Amino acid sequence: MKQQIALIDYGAGNLHSVANALKRVGADVALVSDADSLARAERIVLPGVGAFGACYEGLAGLPGMIDALERRVLRDGAPFLGICVGMQLLADRGLEHGDTPGLGWIGGDVRALEASDAVKVPHMGWNDVVLADDASGLVEPGEAYFLHSYAFDVTNEEHVAARTDHGGSVTAAVARDNILGVQFHPEKSQAYGLALLERFLKWKP
Amino acid sequence: MTVRIRVIPCLDVAEGRVVKGVNFVDLRDAGDPVEQAHAYDLAGADELCFLDISASHEGRATLADIVRRTAEVCFMPLTVGGGVRSVEDARTLLLAGADKVAINSAAVARPELVDEIAQRMGSQCVVASVDAKWVPDPSVRAEPVEARLRSRPSTGSGRTASGAGRYEIFTHGGRRATGIDALEHATRLAQLGAGELLVTSMDRDGTKDGYDLELTRMIADAVDIPVIASGGVGTLDHMVAGVREGHASAVLAASIFHFGQHTVAEAQDALRAAGLPARHPEPYAGTRA
Repeated sequence: MKQQIALIDYGAGNLHSVANALKRVGADVALVSDADSLARAERIVLPGVGAFGACYEGLAGLPGMIDALERRVLRDGAPFLGICVGMQLLADRGLEHGDTPGLGWIGGDVRALEASDAVKVPHMGWNDVVLADDASGLVEPGEAYFLHSYAFDVTNEEHVAARTDHGGSVTAAVARDNILGVQFHPEKSQAYGLALLERFLKWKP
Repeated sequence: MTVRIRVIPCLDVAEGRVVKGVNFVDLRDAGDPVEQAHAYDLAGADELCFLDISASHEGRATLADIVRRTAEVCFMPLTVGGGVRSVEDARTLLLAGADKVAINSAAVARPELVDEIAQRMGSQCVVASVDAKWVPDPSVRAEPVEARLRSRPSTGSGRTASGAGRYEIFTHGGRRATGIDALEHATRLAQLGAGELLVTSMDRDGTKDGYDLELTRMIADAVDIPVIASGGVGTLDHMVAGVREGHASAVLAASIFHFGQHTVAEAQDALRAAGLPARHPEPYAGTRA
């Protein structure tokens, strides 16, 4: 049976790639940009690429969307997946050209990665996903595609589901209750990523 | 471990068709870029690059459609270049499903375009092309042949930064000189917000003599963003050298893959055998087609 997935459409560049990948693993994807439609969604996916501030403004620019997300995810417990900046938006704030608030669902800040002789920024390419304290049970160890210049410093270690390494430990996934966020791009991580999306469709947190 | 060296097959597309021949078996239509992209996705390519070299406006217009159909069946990052001259051109390709756009001649004519696209869509989606050629210093050219030969190392590209010349930016497939210093141009593009640089040696492109390692290293060492080595791959050893000696974060190649000389997996194996981090792609399984 096909499940209705609400893919939040707030202008994120990877919207269609995420939609394609979800369809490939059997989801019935609805692009949702109004708060009312969210109430009917069984599961919710928040994509995102680019700048934290621009993404937050895009999301906050949809009337009632953040309230509706909080009702559906925090109150009703609908399974939620945030991807890349969609995961970073779960933080308290993003420290990029100043200070932008986030959703604050998972405590922590989003900070710039620092380049060095050995480390290029953006962190671009396939890297390890090493399991930490994965409350979701959805994340498998493997190789996934990362593309980001900022990283999520999570306050409570228990919320770090997986890590990777790029000039030091970098949060690869966060999880709490019915909320999963991944820094990498499952929609661009071939078999590894499609398998994760497939598990998300079956997730009963 | 650490972030893997990316192995990137590049497909040249003109008027909606793949230009260079290909040797994949089982393709119904070997000239269809979507079919080839799909084959590379299944073969575990770390990324894919489409470079559109269409001469006509109509040819260019088909590119977005090719990208859209590719994004429906490929689940790897896709870079698309060729004819991107405005923010709107970039947006069209990104919305169609490209993850990154490569800015070629427009980045020479108007480098600010890199900044404009990065501001709106993010640095992560901007690949700035650096097409460079070695230009000997005219005063050196006037020297006797023996003196020039003595100044050249016996191996490698024979190009040093010893003052015998410099790398310059060329456009129009290497035919048109710009007089712009390649290193200055590359560092400027990085400052303007490019997410990575695609560094192509116009001297080596199509030669199978290997990347221009000095050019690649000179730029890779000068910028904080990743550099893709491009132009001249003839063997797997060339890819290894592009990383080890060229300090590239990714290696791009065309004919070595298209003509079936090597598979992507063989390239990844060769990198690993040389002690470099490369991926072990998982086979597709358990998902519905």
